[in-house]
Amino acid sequence: MTSPFHESVTTRLNHAIDPALHIWGWEITVYLFLGGLVAGLFILSALLELQRGKPSTSSGMRSVPILALVLLSLGMGTLFLDLDYKAHVFRFYMAFRPSSPMSWGAWILLLVYPAGLLLWLGNLPAALQLPVLARPIAAAQRWRRRLLWLSVVMGVGLGLYTGLLLGTLSARIQWNSAVLGPLFLTSGISTGAALLLLLPLHADERKTLIRWDMVAIATELLLLALLLIGYVTGSSAARMAGAVFLGGAWTASFWSLVVVLGLCVPLAMGLLEVRKHLPLIALTPVLVLIGGLSLRAILLASGQETGFRLLP
Amino acid sequence: MRNPRYVMLVDTRLCVGCKACVLACKSENNVPDGYCREWIVEDIWGEFPDLRAEIRSTRCNHCSNAPCVDACPTGASHFALGGVVLVDHDACTGCKACIASCPYDARYVHPDGYVDKCTFCLHRVARGELPACTTVCPTRTLHFGDANDPHSEVAALLRSREWKVDHPETGAEPNLYFLV
Repeated sequence: MTSPFHESVTTRLNHAIDPALHIWGWEITVYLFLGGLVAGLFILSALLELQRGKPSTSSGMRSVPILALVLLSLGMGTLFLDLDYKAHVFRFYMAFRPSSPMSWGAWILLLVYPAGLLLWLGNLPAALQLPVLARPIAAAQRWRRRLLWLSVVMGVGLGLYTGLLLGTLSARIQWNSAVLGPLFLTSGISTGAALLLLLPLHADERKTLIRWDMVAIATELLLLALLLIGYVTGSSAARMAGAVFLGGAWTASFWSLVVVLGLCVPLAMGLLEVRKHLPLIALTPVLVLIGGLSLRAILLASGQETGFRLLP
Repeated sequence: MRNPRYVMLVDTRLCVGCKACVLACKSENNVPDGYCREWIVEDIWGEFPDLRAEIRSTRCNHCSNAPCVDACPTGASHFALGGVVLVDHDACTGCKACIASCPYDARYVHPDGYVDKCTFCLHRVARGELPACTTVCPTRTLHFGDANDPHSEVAALLRSREWKVDHPETGAEPNLYFLV
């Protein structure tokens, strides 16, 4: 006896749409990763200074705003490479569409540049304080506190939007979870802390950042658990979307790269450093960065293939 | 005067999947080789040998609550006359957010860079003609018209025949109806 079946055959074979949707590739992965990372850099460096009440004197922290702008420009570069109508890139700035996270993102990105420059000017090393910069430096120092709070708000906006960009697309069933917003924000904070830990910092700054990174990694694990709980307790569509991580095609890469190597191992190594005062080796932050990149790459590749066409 | 709501009805009891509509669309709209704005789906289900089949011509659903219009960052995807969803090629950046947002995967990137899809042949409708696909169908499977006009053929068919829409659970409120 044969079992009942449902077979659907289509004559459509549009490039990048069929047989499975594949419209966004490495360019978007890199952008989502760098966007989150830059959000983390802005949030953490501002919070660190607000906590201490005075600008850092370490060369690493002083270079953060410029480093962040360089990384963001790289990300916007790959974002541009993804556009299929590159000559029309200016169209992002001819409209504001509140229903489109991408429109929010385009305008937030524009705000990041002047804010980053003013943050950098406000804490320039003495050697770079040229006379011609005297007035902007004075302004940047006067507005310092307000700028720091602006960086926190802007960083949260940037980090959230990179997740919500995917999370609001209800047609891509796997992405369609509001958890993606806080998940990408938390991953951005954690990868931001990891990158900072690779820079020349003062010992007390390093100590604080390692602790904050532990909190971010633990939060990210919790959010990933919530995402998976959402899939397995959801409708048949949600269960289908989550199945790729729970026995399906993306199970091995998701659990090994994102969960174990990118989160659990760095968390254990960080705890060892904090508890046993073992010196931090560069491997921990590098693993966090690999995990953050893998999270974006795996969700982007696997999520776009999930759609209503897979349901009867 | 009431605003029109343009809809298309596909009679699944008449469609034989001859693809005349697909080719008429390609020729009318200069759709590039290897792409299509509309296509044929054939569903077969049941338990052998008791099988059932349904053939239907399908395309953009011109949803009343279109996710693509919400997702578009530049306003290129917009509602035109009769609720028809169009892409303003001049405002499109090729970012593909609309493609990702479409529950029916009805869009594609045109080789020239902009996103393209079915327009319900609004350029013909504006001249008082029917969409190209509708005019060539040899089995009279396709019906096009204003569902808000109670005297229209489509309104009468929607009242008298049983119909379904593709994946109503998306909440997109599609305007492509399948008569069953």
